[in-house]
Amino acid sequence: MELKEKLMSSYLAFEEHVDLENDIHQVRNKAIKFFEQTGFPTKKLEAWKYTSLNSILKEDYSIFPKKEDAIDYKDIKKYLIHDIDTYTIVFVDGIYSSHLSRTTHDKLDACLMSSALDKEKYKPVIDKYFNKIVPEESMSSLNTAFAKEGAYIRIPKNVVAEKPIQVMNFFTSNEAALMVQPRNLIIAEEGAHVQIIERHQSLTEQPVLTNSVTEVYVGKNAEVDYYKIQNDKTSSSLIDNTFIKQERDSICSMHTFSLGGKITRNNLKFYQHGENCNSILKGVTILEGKQHVDHNTLVHHTQPNCESHQDYKGIFSEKSVGVFNGNVLVDRIAQKTNAFQSNNNIIIDDTATCNSKPQLEIFADDVKCSHGCTIGQLDNEALYYMRSRGIPKKEARALLMFAFANNVLDSVKIPEIKKRITKQIALKLGVELGFNL
Amino acid sequence: MLKIKNLHASVEGEKILKGINLEINPGEVHAIMGPNGSGKSTLASVIAGNEDFEVTEGDILFEKANISELSPEERAHKGIFLSFQYPVEIPGVSVTNFIKTSINQVRKSRGQKDMPANEMLKKIREKSALLEMDRKFLSRSLNEGFSGGEKKRNEIFQMAMLEPKLAILDETDSGLDIDALRIVSDGVNRLKTKDNATLVITHYQRLLDYVIPDVVHVLMDGKIVKSGGKELAKELEERGYDWLKEERAEMSS
Repeated sequence: MELKEKLMSSYLAFEEHVDLENDIHQVRNKAIKFFEQTGFPTKKLEAWKYTSLNSILKEDYSIFPKKEDAIDYKDIKKYLIHDIDTYTIVFVDGIYSSHLSRTTHDKLDACLMSSALDKEKYKPVIDKYFNKIVPEESMSSLNTAFAKEGAYIRIPKNVVAEKPIQVMNFFTSNEAALMVQPRNLIIAEEGAHVQIIERHQSLTEQPVLTNSVTEVYVGKNAEVDYYKIQNDKTSSSLIDNTFIKQERDSICSMHTFSLGGKITRNNLKFYQHGENCNSILKGVTILEGKQHVDHNTLVHHTQPNCESHQDYKGIFSEKSVGVFNGNVLVDRIAQKTNAFQSNNNIIIDDTATCNSKPQLEIFADDVKCSHGCTIGQLDNEALYYMRSRGIPKKEARALLMFAFANNVLDSVKIPEIKKRITKQIALKLGVELGFNL
Repeated sequence: MLKIKNLHASVEGEKILKGINLEINPGEVHAIMGPNGSGKSTLASVIAGNEDFEVTEGDILFEKANISELSPEERAHKGIFLSFQYPVEIPGVSVTNFIKTSINQVRKSRGQKDMPANEMLKKIREKSALLEMDRKFLSRSLNEGFSGGEKKRNEIFQMAMLEPKLAILDETDSGLDIDALRIVSDGVNRLKTKDNATLVITHYQRLLDYVIPDVVHVLMDGKIVKSGGKELAKELEERGYDWLKEERAEMSS
């Protein structure tokens, strides 16, 4: 059975386990209808021109994994930021693991989407925020149809979350391929501040397909600092759909570290809804082998005096493929917008591919918008210079690549993440650098 | 220390060096002068092992070992240092981290452990003071946005840190104001010992007022056409290079 048909029939089974009277179910019904009409995206669509899902759609995925929470903290410790105190919401094969998690309702909510969707006391929040900024697209609609579990994070007005919140998804299925669809909702109310770390990690070699949707609401003068660590096995694929709505005077930064996975697609859309918003999108992608990462970004400037900064760096070797499609949309009333976009790539060998496509649509006439994309090789003169100082070729190459990616790490505000990513990059480049850059 | 025998080199098929013979002993300072395009920088690059240049004939011996086939890093490990005419900008790598990596890689090649951090720090302080470098300068990205003078000072700082046996200064003086020139040449002089040697490549005689050479060579059209004492530099300054061309023409006819 094709995956689409399987999902359609699974939906009927899914309906037996959810409250059909809940308003949310109308939303799900609408979404599944949309998915039924459109199906999975194909390369015929402009937004999917360089990424084909064919190779991952042919697997026979299990849609409803059985509850099997057989992993211990020691199995996942290395994937967690464990050297600092955090709230942690852990899902194993899409199911919440209470013994691995540290949730809270003290001052802020860092808990579960399933209870937020079911419990009466959350209804006003869900009515206000759930599925309000998710566009009708096939992958996000598919997620909405099956929306049931994920992280629910709400930071009330003027509360500063003292600890970062980790949202971790682990996969342990040993027998069958697995498809999961986490649904996250993150609300930082006026003046609130929160740091979030998200990761999807398979612990087995079975194919995994994750189709996640995350809605992020950044209230007036609030700040959300978000890190996505993508360093999964080459048997796992991720379609990440993240939608962010910012109110006036807010800051939201998103760092995406794409260091591994079979196919990773990041649909990252920022919608600015007030003056003086700042949106920061940064990415480091380092790939080898037959891995594929596609960053599809949008910043929609709808109000005057806002900023956006996009800076994505990629290093590609062997048969890996990188795609960057960065959209900036500036409405006619969004005067004095400052929008910057840069995408720089290094191709290590001839077999790697990189597609970079900036798209700027500007309807205002008093704005500062710039974009630049480069695809090149390592600077031979710089290599020679370093070698003439006694640094061997391999280390010199690694140091250059490291330095290339380094300025994206400058804006990482959690030192433990910076340290960890630094180490992972060094490991990937195959050298002991001997110091932290 | 360095012995070059009948060295021929070309770049992209074009012959640049056409039979260089040169011998430098420990404790000596040699200067190579010559008009633009005579092959001065090519000679520096070829000694340092730049792979863009092809050695077509002849040998380069360093401490009696033939180094013609060695990579640039292997030559650096043996104690050869080139101060670049145009130092390369490397964004994202600080001056400090670069020199630390460089020193520890050289030590590694000699079977030594990394230099202890406090020793490294002390040495960096001492040598940067010698070059009158600001501490802030050390945490900046290597050569990025540096002025011409800062770049050259940074080259000599690296030389001071690495303590090479043979230092080749390729046009280290060009584009320097007089203060920077004094700082740079003071640095070079203070690093001089009876065991190391310096090869100064320059277009101008001015540097040689500060770094006094034992031998001056004139390079023209890929060959050393004249060698002499430090007074040769003065003569070149006063008379230019044309008289040497004429002299050569007479000799060949």
